[in-house]
Amino acid sequence: MKRFAQLIQELELSNKTNDKIAALVTYFSEAEDRDKPYVIAMFTGKRPKRPITTTFIKQWAIELTDLPEWLFTESYHSVGDLSETIALVLPPATHTVEKPLHQWIGELAQLHGKTDEEKKDYILTSWDSLATQERFIFNKLISGNFRIGVSNKMLVNAIAKQSEQEANKIMHSIMGKWQPNEITYEELTAGAHVNTDNSWPYPFCLAYAIDTEPENLGDTTAWQAEWKWDGIRGQIVKRNGELFIWSRGEELVTDQFPELHFLKDELPDGTVLDGEILAVKDGNVLSFSTLQQRLNRKTINKSQLENAPIGFFTYDLLELKGTDVRTEPLSKRRQWLEEIIENLTTKDIAILSPVIEYKDWQELAAIRETAREINSEGIMLKNVNSIFHAGRKRGDWWKWKINPYTVDTVMIYAQKGSGRRANFYTDYTFAVRDGEKLITIAKAYSGLTDKEIKEVNSFVNKNAIEKFGPVRTVKPELVFEIAFEGIAESKRHKAGLALRFPRISRWRKDKKADEINTLDDLRALISVVE
Amino acid sequence: MALIQFTNKGIYCKQGDFYIDPWRPVDKAVITHGHADHAKWGNNSYLCHTLTKPILEERYGLYDNVETLPYNEQIDINGVKLSMFPAGHVIGSAQIRLEYKGEIVVVSGDYKTEYDGISTAFEPVKCHTFVSESTFGLPIYKWQPQQLIFDSIDSWIADNHAKNKTSVLVAYSLGKAQRLIHNLKADYPIYVHRTIAALNAAFQSAGVELPATVQINPDIKKEELQKGIVIVPPALADSKWIKSLTNPATGICSGWMAVRAGRRWRSADAGFALSDHADWPGLLDAIKATDAEKVMVTHGSTAIFSRYLNEIGIEAEEVKTQYGDEEAEESIEKVEETQITK
Repeated sequence: MKRFAQLIQELELSNKTNDKIAALVTYFSEAEDRDKPYVIAMFTGKRPKRPITTTFIKQWAIELTDLPEWLFTESYHSVGDLSETIALVLPPATHTVEKPLHQWIGELAQLHGKTDEEKKDYILTSWDSLATQERFIFNKLISGNFRIGVSNKMLVNAIAKQSEQEANKIMHSIMGKWQPNEITYEELTAGAHVNTDNSWPYPFCLAYAIDTEPENLGDTTAWQAEWKWDGIRGQIVKRNGELFIWSRGEELVTDQFPELHFLKDELPDGTVLDGEILAVKDGNVLSFSTLQQRLNRKTINKSQLENAPIGFFTYDLLELKGTDVRTEPLSKRRQWLEEIIENLTTKDIAILSPVIEYKDWQELAAIRETAREINSEGIMLKNVNSIFHAGRKRGDWWKWKINPYTVDTVMIYAQKGSGRRANFYTDYTFAVRDGEKLITIAKAYSGLTDKEIKEVNSFVNKNAIEKFGPVRTVKPELVFEIAFEGIAESKRHKAGLALRFPRISRWRKDKKADEINTLDDLRALISVVE
Repeated sequence: MALIQFTNKGIYCKQGDFYIDPWRPVDKAVITHGHADHAKWGNNSYLCHTLTKPILEERYGLYDNVETLPYNEQIDINGVKLSMFPAGHVIGSAQIRLEYKGEIVVVSGDYKTEYDGISTAFEPVKCHTFVSESTFGLPIYKWQPQQLIFDSIDSWIADNHAKNKTSVLVAYSLGKAQRLIHNLKADYPIYVHRTIAALNAAFQSAGVELPATVQINPDIKKEELQKGIVIVPPALADSKWIKSLTNPATGICSGWMAVRAGRRWRSADAGFALSDHADWPGLLDAIKATDAEKVMVTHGSTAIFSRYLNEIGIEAEEVKTQYGDEEAEESIEKVEETQITK
């Protein structure tokens, strides 16, 4: 595991993509062969079932360190990661044991079905034989939750470089169905498993936000405009009589959307559609918060099916009659897509995402302003000759989103961050005015520069009123403009509404606390949105 | 009456009529060590350890109104017996021991319990009341033995050289920089920022032995720096000058680097958890060794650390001070930032 620990350290120490890729390439050249598929599985979020609950792990660590629980909790607040907190507070190891990564993972898998005592004995013995960094990794192996700043794309690029294969092919291969204990690194990079597997999706083609005026893109006839929908990007795969629905998070979500199962009978074999899963009623797209009622549920009841019926707005065609057509121009793919959708017997569920007709950029800009009325986030511009790229590529596709909503708020609570930021108040809660009262509407921490954070921090130190655990209430004085993407009613929030993606857009040093927005302003916005 | 009081000017000893590490100007200031949050400019007279004087001279131009005292020597101020004991924090750092009518108070300033090879080793002092910092007063902070840390810095530097990168270490000009210079094994020329060079010279003229270093100046070629080791204070960590070097790799040396979130917060290529403060076991050991009946917890994790001390049967209370302000130290170092570029 030492070699893997070294990789993690290298990945964490550098903030440059090229260095990270270099570290991964070296790792895949040097590491023990049997470890490699496990590393790929971990980095792409293929998680084994957790053998032990977090509660137990935490409890055993507390017992072992003899710390009061509140102190452990304070430590956790400061570190911001449970696996790391435990690795740091435990007494130093009495001896060291070196086992390859796959062996540790295998041993953990074998804990399923063991008694709690046996599990505890194994974990305590392991902790006692690992240095801090390896212990942290061991804890991460238990949770299976390894977020280390390696995107799928970065990993794929590294493996492609190391194995001298095309990145596209590697992406296919690792996105397909495979088990790290049943496949070798060579088989995985050669893609031996994906041909026999009907389910595999293609990597999604993603767009960057437009960084220039659309006028600079040139002739409008070269650009197909579509609405940008705010749902779940999805891929529908129909092969050999089987239907698979993939979300952009590379998760299979087929069972969550029974409305789309008719496609199993109606789509021809060897068809792959790209589109957006949305809540749709009578042909109208509903808000994201309505769709949310349908996400991440194991079972769906009747009222959910009625309140949030699902539709699939198709964007693109990736596979036609079993042939990969991604390198055909968009204009051609769109034509085939239209034919396929027209041939469906069941209408109005899987439909074409409309192409927007426009004469010039000015007209399109005006159309874009109406996006919110139909629950769209703006416009997508796709070059009619573009291929369907693997991943994010600059130049062929652009997002042209409408500007976010903004609201002026006052900061009323502040909380310290983690680690080095444990010394700074970095997490803030904001309120708007409701009559004489202030009412909380959002929590946000991103969007300020280091210098501004230091300034806010010194304000909090001087103006803290009360303490609630790690939270300080502060004099309502600092005004911040909060940007957000959407707004919806919410019973869970005191304000009766919730903002989507709130973040600090700027510090309004020019405004006083009595100039902020009111709750009524936000309520009025909801009625406009709905 | 208590021997010390916490006032809005600093820690005050009424019986002796002097302040320890005052943060506002006073008539008579006793200084624990040279960092800017403890030693402020503008007091009428100063009393500090012999090796803190060169720091005050170099940084504030104070020559005439500074009296000094070596470790373990006692003087009498209005009937209060005052002596200094090594705090192990930086060169010249001292714990101030006060004794009056049998009552003993020790104000420790900042301290670390591990000997760093260059600051006189920390010595526990028995007392009734102990004033302690708590910068790293959480059980997550447990330092590795310094030799292991220096080994990893040395191998990081070797690796940088192999990859044609310029190694830039970020360290406080007072304390951490001298500690690095003294302990790094690598046989490369060490280039230091002016603030560090000035303190090194001051220490050397006061008789402290330090390996030779070169002050960074515009005439030194980038290739030479790339073949050596560059040390700068935190104020320069993200400066344009560093970005202008040949493939710079920045390594921050600070206790905060023990936690991953701390390493991510700073845009560095490497973080080394090398601290001049006591870690969690260090704080507890130091406090227990004083046999103090009462502990006053100043800057750091004050609330958490004092609560824990009370729970393990050591009476403790948190006090508000203005110590622990890292920006104070950085602002002194920042003054000199422009010196290298032009």
